[in-house]
Amino acid sequence: MIDKLIIGGHEFNSRFILGSGKFSLEMTKKVLENSGAEMATIAVRRADSNSSDNIINYIPEGITLLPNTSGARTAEEALKIAMLARELGCGDFVKVEVIRDTKYLLPDNYETIKATELLAKQGFIVMPYMYPDLGAARALVDAGASAIMPLGAPIGSNKGLVTKDFISMIIEEIELPVIVDAGIGRPSQACEAMEMGCAAVMANTAIATAGDPATMASAFKAAIEAGRMAYLSGLGRVLNDRAEASSPLTGFLED
Amino acid sequence: MIKIRETDHMEYMDGMDKTDHQIMSRVLEKTNKYDPSVFKSEDVRNVMFQENIGINGLKVLLSPAAQPYLEDMAFRAKQETAKHFGNTVSMFTPLYIANYCENYCVYCGFNCSNKINRGKLSMSEIESEYRAIAETGLREILLLTGESKTASPVSYIADAVRLAKKYFSTIGIEVYPMNVDEYAAIKEAGADFVSVYQETYDPKRYEEVHLRGHKRVFPYRFNSQERAILGGMRGVSFGSLLGLGDFRKDAFSAGLHAYFIQQKYPWTEISFSLPRLRPFINNAGNNPNDVHETQLLQVMLAYRIFMPFAGITISTRERAGFRDNVVGLCATKISAGVKVGIGGHGNNEQKGDEQFEISDSRSVDEVRKSLIERGLQPVFTDYVRV
Repeated sequence: MIDKLIIGGHEFNSRFILGSGKFSLEMTKKVLENSGAEMATIAVRRADSNSSDNIINYIPEGITLLPNTSGARTAEEALKIAMLARELGCGDFVKVEVIRDTKYLLPDNYETIKATELLAKQGFIVMPYMYPDLGAARALVDAGASAIMPLGAPIGSNKGLVTKDFISMIIEEIELPVIVDAGIGRPSQACEAMEMGCAAVMANTAIATAGDPATMASAFKAAIEAGRMAYLSGLGRVLNDRAEASSPLTGFLED
Repeated sequence: MIKIRETDHMEYMDGMDKTDHQIMSRVLEKTNKYDPSVFKSEDVRNVMFQENIGINGLKVLLSPAAQPYLEDMAFRAKQETAKHFGNTVSMFTPLYIANYCENYCVYCGFNCSNKINRGKLSMSEIESEYRAIAETGLREILLLTGESKTASPVSYIADAVRLAKKYFSTIGIEVYPMNVDEYAAIKEAGADFVSVYQETYDPKRYEEVHLRGHKRVFPYRFNSQERAILGGMRGVSFGSLLGLGDFRKDAFSAGLHAYFIQQKYPWTEISFSLPRLRPFINNAGNNPNDVHETQLLQVMLAYRIFMPFAGITISTRERAGFRDNVVGLCATKISAGVKVGIGGHGNNEQKGDEQFEISDSRSVDEVRKSLIERGLQPVFTDYVRV
């Protein structure tokens, strides 16, 4: 079965995007191996080209880098950070993060839409991290996004799909790959996101805060694959309390 | 003879920007009403079940009733730290470039009446310090001066900041409080973070220990963070010198101060620093205001649970064993390779005396290795200047 994830014309076999940054660099390689991920985020603000501890050196070849613009508070700042990522040799993918709230770390959709437009014009493959609002998702499509990354729950919270209903609307209405980013705390939640029809799942904290991050990465891989298979096979119906009514409510009709 | 205590500490001096006092009034009012002694064990247990503990939760966790629950607080703080910061710990070093001071603060080694060696580094001396510090791998620096606008004017600090950009990605300043346009000039030069500590939030106590100089003006100092933000700074740091007044109330005020600032300017990065006056060893009688390691840790843990996203810096005033254990638990930033005299990193002779003695003299590499041994991730770069 050919089931590739396609973002901006690039094909991926894995539907797991690994967030880096919350665990040690040495652990990155092992976690990446076990996760099967073919794409990993890096925070440009952590990249230090003058240091041997530069995070870019710890990402194995063959993994597509997804630099993020964390630290940006406006569209213009996101653009500057993305340009820096390009100079550092991170390629054309960029995950837009524009956050104007240090407490809840919620993305600012308005600035995110503006940033997406600026970056798409510069030839980036733009994957914006957003608060799941259908109107904003539509605007992101128009702005030139290549995927939409709504949050499942506040970043780092491990609370799962708190925004499930709103993500469902985006999946239903938007043609682009919808990738749940932030909030996924356990493999079962990643599986659920995939069953819903998400194109991929991104996680970092869930793995970083696990007792054994490398094994947790394997668990996520299996869960995401299971969820994807379930989605593709079409979920069976779930009977409610009423089950099958033995005498139908519309049985009185005579024609 | 120095004239002391002649001015009203609540009145601004000429040339000081006057901003509104809304946050200050709220902090002082709430602190006035805060009585740490009224809380009981069950209050602590209730707070520990709440997800967002809020202002009332901070009151409870800073109270004596919470002290027996330190282990539970530590457990929760560790989880919060991991959620927000993973296993990262930022590393930086402070650099003292001048120690001239015009204030008379009774507790401070730099105060103007103390006959210490005063000094100020030239730009070439500063650059030699930068080079030596950057060679250790550090990319974050905090520039400090004593509080003399005459000896170390804004232009001098701005020049030092501009020079620092060549070597460091993150530049902070811990100098005298400035006006908005002065903060804007420093921001323009390349620094984005400002630390100003109120020392004590109790105006009466504040007046007793700040005898003269511009530091005597309580509201001007209080509103420094707000002026820094208005000048364009991205992050501000809060703290009080624990032990100078009632440390529980002072810790409460500093927490509230940060909380209200973040509410008003939600994009601002918030951090805390917690210096303390050490209790006298063998001091007869137990002073309830003493801040031993237990109390210091209680405050740090309370801050972490109250504001899980805020940075907490642990200084070299504390011993290595304490510092190594609080990073990852609640602290997120640690200094290393610290010299508190004026100069001393590069080829320069030390030009001025120290403000205080440090308890952890380990090099950057030693601290870095110690973090790695503990499963933590030392981070040298965590900021892009845009």
